[in-house]
Amino acid sequence: MSNRYIPWISTAVAVVVMIVIWKLVIAIFNVSPFVLPQPEDVITGVKDLVNSKGFWTDVRVTLTETLVGFAIALALGLGLGIILGRVVWLEQAMRPVIVASQVVPKVALIPLFIIWFGFGMTSKIIIVALLSFFPILLNVILGVRSVDAGHRDVMRSLNSTRWQTFRRLEYPSTLPYVLAGMEVGIVFAVVGAVVGEYLGGDQGLGYRIVTSLNNLEAETLFAVILVLTLFGFLLYLAVVALKRFLIPWHDSTIDSTRAST
Amino acid sequence: MSADTTERRFTPGVSGALPDGQAEIDIRGVSKRFTARGRETLALTEIDLGIRKQEFLTLLGQSGCGKTTLLRILAGLTQPTTGEVTIAGRRLWRGDHRDDDALRKMGLVFQDANLFPWYSVEDNIGLPLQLRKVDKRERLRRAHELSELVGLQGFEKALPRELSGGMRQRVAIARALSYRPEILLMDEPFGALDAMTRDKMNMELQRIAQTTGATVVFVTHSIAEAVFLADRVVLLSARPGRIRSVTEVDAAHPRSLEFTAESGFQDKVLELRRQLTEDEERLSRQGAISE
Repeated sequence: MSNRYIPWISTAVAVVVMIVIWKLVIAIFNVSPFVLPQPEDVITGVKDLVNSKGFWTDVRVTLTETLVGFAIALALGLGLGIILGRVVWLEQAMRPVIVASQVVPKVALIPLFIIWFGFGMTSKIIIVALLSFFPILLNVILGVRSVDAGHRDVMRSLNSTRWQTFRRLEYPSTLPYVLAGMEVGIVFAVVGAVVGEYLGGDQGLGYRIVTSLNNLEAETLFAVILVLTLFGFLLYLAVVALKRFLIPWHDSTIDSTRAST
Repeated sequence: MSADTTERRFTPGVSGALPDGQAEIDIRGVSKRFTARGRETLALTEIDLGIRKQEFLTLLGQSGCGKTTLLRILAGLTQPTTGEVTIAGRRLWRGDHRDDDALRKMGLVFQDANLFPWYSVEDNIGLPLQLRKVDKRERLRRAHELSELVGLQGFEKALPRELSGGMRQRVAIARALSYRPEILLMDEPFGALDAMTRDKMNMELQRIAQTTGATVVFVTHSIAEAVFLADRVVLLSARPGRIRSVTEVDAAHPRSLEFTAESGFQDKVLELRRQLTEDEERLSRQGAISE
């Protein structure tokens, strides 16, 4: 049996095991459906949620916030990362600021942004950008610095121009780091959008969590969580697909079975 | 210990200069001083060395003797502190300015293959041509031709990661040969390979040097390798780096492994070993004094 089937089999096994434990817990402890609904009720909940009024608007709102915020983070992270990666003294000067803004629990700033930028999408976009910015920035700085000295010697001995060195060496060797930052960043982006809506929104999937909680609709709450998981998973998958497309040569994109040969 | 006392303690190096007009590469009075953590090291001092066209010259020495520094100066990667390097009549360094045209004749192979992992074998080989704006068809044709020369036909589409260390080094050699350099500079190119592969690569290198008619400057710390390959072995001695001796090896190329059994080969290896041991003893005495 080839290793490439193992994740699929393990996923199926994990889902079955989870559902069995879920049902056992309900049966043994006699849990109220207001606390933990039956798995099949959650499936119905998902169907009802998808068919409910305004669901696709909510998906669109959350998706827009996530993507716009993430795009801003990517642009800023790339721009600032390239500058700080090259200008060592500037990075040293900025380091206290960067560390400080990293250790601030950014989720705690969300109410502040809502006060400043209102309940609409703007405040969420800023939160998303802020959360996904740092992993991207730090990876880009690392990437810019990680261009191999031996590779630089090759380009230098070949009289390469500034542009050729960028195009043939610096760009491809930094790309894996940018994508690694994006991989972490996209997950943070979804968290930012949902928590933003949750704490101060009037639409979006995060807002659905609050309403279903207020109405004590446990199966809707579970349904929203499932939809959000799928939502985050698809976005993450998009980044991974981008990675496979852009850096097929990199170790991180190769199956462990092939890389070892 | 100041830099001055170091300079006074050594006997000056031998001159490896050739009579006027004979040298394709002419190194005159080249010194290199490095400053690290406020301490000055004289990596090379007053090197005079001429290298003939189509000659195979090996630079032999222990680590720290400045052989790599000398090669990097020839390759235009390190600027000498004093002295000048002339390649086919063109001065390589004028102060801070490097004559890039003088470099166009040179191919460089490093200790690590330094292949770009994002390019296939053929694209790695063709990289220097790509930088020189040679069109794609010609690049691929040349890459194919060179894959054959270095024994990698059939691997043109492979990624560096899929190759063994020896194969990667072959790609690096093919890359250095892509634009038909007249001078091939090699810095311990087979240092990371196992002994068997290394012997094989040395045999092939002789063949490649003959086919291409290139002048080769080959850095190594292996005495046997240096004598086996070279027309002339230049032994460098450390602290400060200078030429300790120049040994002519006048057997015809290509040499087979049987050459290593000949007395001419063995005498030279023994003599070079004696000189290296003498140097080592002197260095350890020097170390004892400075401590």
